[in-house]
Amino acid sequence: MNVGTFILVSAIKTVIALLVLLTAVAYTVWLERKVVGHIQNRWGPTRVGPFGLLQPLADGVKFMFKEDLVPPHVYKPLYIAAPIIAVVCALTSISVIPIGNWVTVGGLRTPLQITDLNIGLLIILGITSMGVYGVALAGWSSNSKYSLLGGLRASAQMVSYEISLGLSLIGVLILAGSFSLREIVDAQAGSFWGFIPKWNIFYGGQIVAFFIYLTSAYAETNRIPFDLPEAETELVAGYHTEYSAMKFAMFFMAEYANMITVSCVATLLFLGGWHGPLFGAAVLQEILPVFWFLLKVFVFLFIYIWVRGTLPRFRYDQLMAFGWKFLLPLAIANLVLTGLIVALRS
Amino acid sequence: MPQNYVPIFLFMAVIAVMIPLPLLLAKLVRPDNPSKSKLMPYECGIDPVDSARGRYTVRYYIVAILFVVFDVETIFLFPWAVKFKALGMFGFIEMLVFLGILIVGFIWIWGKGALEWV
Repeated sequence: MNVGTFILVSAIKTVIALLVLLTAVAYTVWLERKVVGHIQNRWGPTRVGPFGLLQPLADGVKFMFKEDLVPPHVYKPLYIAAPIIAVVCALTSISVIPIGNWVTVGGLRTPLQITDLNIGLLIILGITSMGVYGVALAGWSSNSKYSLLGGLRASAQMVSYEISLGLSLIGVLILAGSFSLREIVDAQAGSFWGFIPKWNIFYGGQIVAFFIYLTSAYAETNRIPFDLPEAETELVAGYHTEYSAMKFAMFFMAEYANMITVSCVATLLFLGGWHGPLFGAAVLQEILPVFWFLLKVFVFLFIYIWVRGTLPRFRYDQLMAFGWKFLLPLAIANLVLTGLIVALRS
Repeated sequence: MPQNYVPIFLFMAVIAVMIPLPLLLAKLVRPDNPSKSKLMPYECGIDPVDSARGRYTVRYYIVAILFVVFDVETIFLFPWAVKFKALGMFGFIEMLVFLGILIVGFIWIWGKGALEWV
């Protein structure tokens, strides 16, 4: 592949990925409102379009036409930069996530991901942890008490749970022996005992790591039951109290894009990525892996919303104690046990 | 392969153009009539008392320091995990020594009460 084709293919993939991702973000918001509505015995959005399906569009238009208030007491450069940092970090991490196997389009063989890096997982961890800057700077630069408290809480919570999150991935890395997301998925191909798929959640005893990852990821994305930074009952809206219109929408987009990234990573690392039963014609066999991948991601997003509709919020001291005194020792124990089993077996 | 990193920068460039765009577009259509009470820091309708850049609890600093300690440990574990099968039992025991020292430190800070949130 020469340089021109390479750039062209990457550009096309970038545009498609962004369009899909932004649509997915918009419809995750719709799904959340709809599902939480039904959980709470309401209908959710119904007015705009059939089943309220055009609601995200209406929201977008409304965000455009709202007054964007920049209060005089804020530190303006960081106040404007913070939502942009948050959303750029949230969206960029999608660029290394593979959604399927290699495909051949018009005689050109290409992987279904923007770029295949041998340190893909590290890139995702790095970029998503940069997201804490957006939140912390938004809280500080707003120069309002609620914002500052929300920003502080968010940064303390995100850094605390990042350790357990990082440690829970090490078991998977030991089993796969690679940072490349594609190789991690390839290591989970096949099945054992005849029918159970060799996904990390079943095979290699990574089910504990899976739950540690999921819990920490909920805390990282500031979602219920860990949504202390934006606890409405005590902090109004936390770090984005002073934001309005499009800048507020950017924090929202960042949160939902992060949810999607977390769901993708959980699928790739623990649920075998795009592996699933293949059958039918050749064309169907090309499409099915992508379908399985998207289905698993959808399940994770649904669980996110389900949890939001079910669980109450933690208290802040409980949150910190849970992260440091329970998840961290558990993650270390899981890592040592996985290491011991793999070392004894080889 | 170094050329595989190029699409990431391409991706970031596209986002860097695309994200400020709605902000600028919205500037053309949105109303702009600020008033004194709109521009006050939001404190549930009460006039703000004191500066927002006040002091906050020392716990946040402790959490930040603990994070640095344990995150460096995590980063140290990553390359070890990737090369685990090549290192075998020897590598595992080496890492147990490292983890052991860290766990002793962890128990110590726990005993000292650095993990309590009061």
